[in-house]
Amino acid sequence: MTDKKTIRKATTKMPKTPLLDQLESGPWPSFVTGLKHLAESEDKQYAPMMKSLLGQLEHSYENRLGYWKGGTVGVRGYGGGVIPRFSIVADQFPESSEFHTLRVQPPAGLHYDTKTLRQLCDIWEEHGSGLIAFHGQSGDIMFQGATTENVQKAFDALNEIGFDMGGAGPALRTSMSCVGASRCEQSCYDEQKAHRMVLNELVDAIHRPALPYKFKFKFSGCANDCVNATHRSDFAVLGTWRDDMQVDQEEVKKIVKERGRKEINDQVINMCPTRALSLNDDDTLDVDNKSCVRCMHCLNVMTKALSPGKDRGVTILVGGKRSLKIGDLMGTVIVPFMKMETEEDYEKLVELGEQVLEFFGDNALDHERVGEMIVRIGLVNFLEALGIEADANMVSHPRTSSYVRLDGWDDEVEKWKQRQKGKSEAPAAAAE
Amino acid sequence: MDEAHRTPIESGCPDPIPLMHPIMRGNRGNWKYHDRPRPGVLRHVTNDGVELWTVKAGTQRQMDVYTIRRLCDIGDEFAEGHVRFTTRSNLEFMVSKEEMVVPLIEKLEAEGFPVGGTGNSISMISHTQGWLHCDIPGTDASGVVKSIMDEVYHDFRHEEMPNRVKITTSCCQVNCGGQGDIAINVQYTKPPIINHDLVANVCERPAVVARCPVAAIRPALVNGKPSLEVDEKKCICCGACYPPCPPMQINSRDNTKIAIWVGGKHSSTRTKPSFHKLVAAGLPNNAPRWPEVAEVVNKILKAYKDDGRPWERVSEWIDRIGWPRFFELTELPFTKYHIEDWHGDRHSLNASSHVHF
Repeated sequence: MTDKKTIRKATTKMPKTPLLDQLESGPWPSFVTGLKHLAESEDKQYAPMMKSLLGQLEHSYENRLGYWKGGTVGVRGYGGGVIPRFSIVADQFPESSEFHTLRVQPPAGLHYDTKTLRQLCDIWEEHGSGLIAFHGQSGDIMFQGATTENVQKAFDALNEIGFDMGGAGPALRTSMSCVGASRCEQSCYDEQKAHRMVLNELVDAIHRPALPYKFKFKFSGCANDCVNATHRSDFAVLGTWRDDMQVDQEEVKKIVKERGRKEINDQVINMCPTRALSLNDDDTLDVDNKSCVRCMHCLNVMTKALSPGKDRGVTILVGGKRSLKIGDLMGTVIVPFMKMETEEDYEKLVELGEQVLEFFGDNALDHERVGEMIVRIGLVNFLEALGIEADANMVSHPRTSSYVRLDGWDDEVEKWKQRQKGKSEAPAAAAE
Repeated sequence: MDEAHRTPIESGCPDPIPLMHPIMRGNRGNWKYHDRPRPGVLRHVTNDGVELWTVKAGTQRQMDVYTIRRLCDIGDEFAEGHVRFTTRSNLEFMVSKEEMVVPLIEKLEAEGFPVGGTGNSISMISHTQGWLHCDIPGTDASGVVKSIMDEVYHDFRHEEMPNRVKITTSCCQVNCGGQGDIAINVQYTKPPIINHDLVANVCERPAVVARCPVAAIRPALVNGKPSLEVDEKKCICCGACYPPCPPMQINSRDNTKIAIWVGGKHSSTRTKPSFHKLVAAGLPNNAPRWPEVAEVVNKILKAYKDDGRPWERVSEWIDRIGWPRFFELTELPFTKYHIEDWHGDRHSLNASSHVHF
């Protein structure tokens, strides 16, 4: 009994943190200073919890080990969104024995006004630890550190002001979109609209984990891929365009004059990955749009002179993920181009997202990501299940192995011919 | 006394449009071009000539409410009340007038928030949870990030690198931090140590067996109890068994090491996206400042800064100079462990007579 008392007393004092203290020096903002500020706020309910947390973190720094375990904590009506954390050294650090995280979906594109940020702070000051991460790797606002009892209260308060739980476990996860159309001339669709339409249509799959494993959508407005969709999402939506890029030749000439031909040749022309550019004798730009792959490099260098074309849409890649279990995968193209302009275009994107998610749910093995499932069943089976025709944009190059049966070759050639016919007729129909 | 249950409002992802700066709200899809008048500052111009100025500041990501409110105060007093976080936890303040930019920068820096992270700078390190909150971490994340950002502070605030540099950290081999020009990741060096008394009660054994990438785990009866055993010769020490089965402890004070990887790239800009590659390993998990890690990262950054050409990302720089030159310039040893032996290994071998001298 006396032992327990001594420990409790010890943790309600500021713990000694000689190792963490070393992270308060140096010019970059220090999270340790922030933690201490919370721990020293004697008038706040979280002060004892944060003193205890600092003690446990110092203990981790001393022993180079983590001391949290999972468990089951949630909010009523949902099956996910809370990351339960129970301390396994609660006997030494009792006030932070429960330190759960709420993953909350941020506004698409991570836009806030200060009023909203202050509201989030007030809620977390009342019900949580006062510690918030903006943002987690899937884009969630992470409200870190609530007791089991307070999780529901914090969620209710957040939910009342328009915020909703994000994903955790084998579920659809919170999504991210770049700043996009809101502030970027390189945006090729309305990223925030696509993000919200897809995710909010599928919101049930976020709140009630029922998938084989996690599934992530990410939305970037162009090939610069500012939200890292290609590798970090199962379903990457990347903006692009089909027609010719827009060139303001007068502006090109000005830039060439300003920076010199050598710089433009070295930094623009010669860095084009498909040799689609050359500088004309009159210092205008010659663009071979048929060879251009919309990589964005020249547009990044000459923002004022070059812009995406006008016939805009998205390329969709599926299957990006990190190492577990078979190794890293980049997403690969399943839709080379999907027009993104009308309401119907966006609805088609939502439908495809639903279709892929459903096929994943029905066919992936336990703890298998969609990319791994495709490796296991082959891309062709995946495409056939979705009713998507093979396209040469889906490969870096055709197969190199001769070990293949070609029973259906003639039929497939016939189908390809029909599709080509359809394609050549389509523009004529559109022109009418 | 059980109150009636409140039904959650399944509102999903909030609408950002009411929250964003009025100039953004009014000009969605109407932007013409942007430039960077100085490091940390972006100027976006609409087709109608309306300007929006953005000032980008670094934060510690794990923020206390006092820090967030301080940033809000700055946003209200020196900006126009609208902010945006980037993917890498930088905070952007949007203002409509050029004359607001300098006072905003001065205030942010006076309050300890560095302004930078634009263009060819070293941006904030993307990081994970670590000892602060994760249930399986081999190291901390916030501490590593703080230590390295202190080191690269100058290059966050200046645009002096060949191109942008994205550094990532990860506290275990699941690698939540993702691909980076430079990735600082935990690398385990010993098989898990199993607490056989707990396995049967805590772990779903078939699921754990299935999780192993090299089929090194099998069910076993140990001291009369159902448990799991690891074929230690096959084990690649990846730690994949630890999350579904905590009694298979992969972390250890001295055997959890840090490895450095380079050349990860997410964008399709110029070259296709690429994975980072192992260049250094066996570095000690030396909290609280990880000086040995910082030393290697600094060497790589210095070589890239000196030798990279404008717009070359780290992967593109190495594509040009070749791996032998990379190891020479960074003075890092090249060993047999750098040669891939995982699936697809032959794609990483040099099948040509192209040799660098």
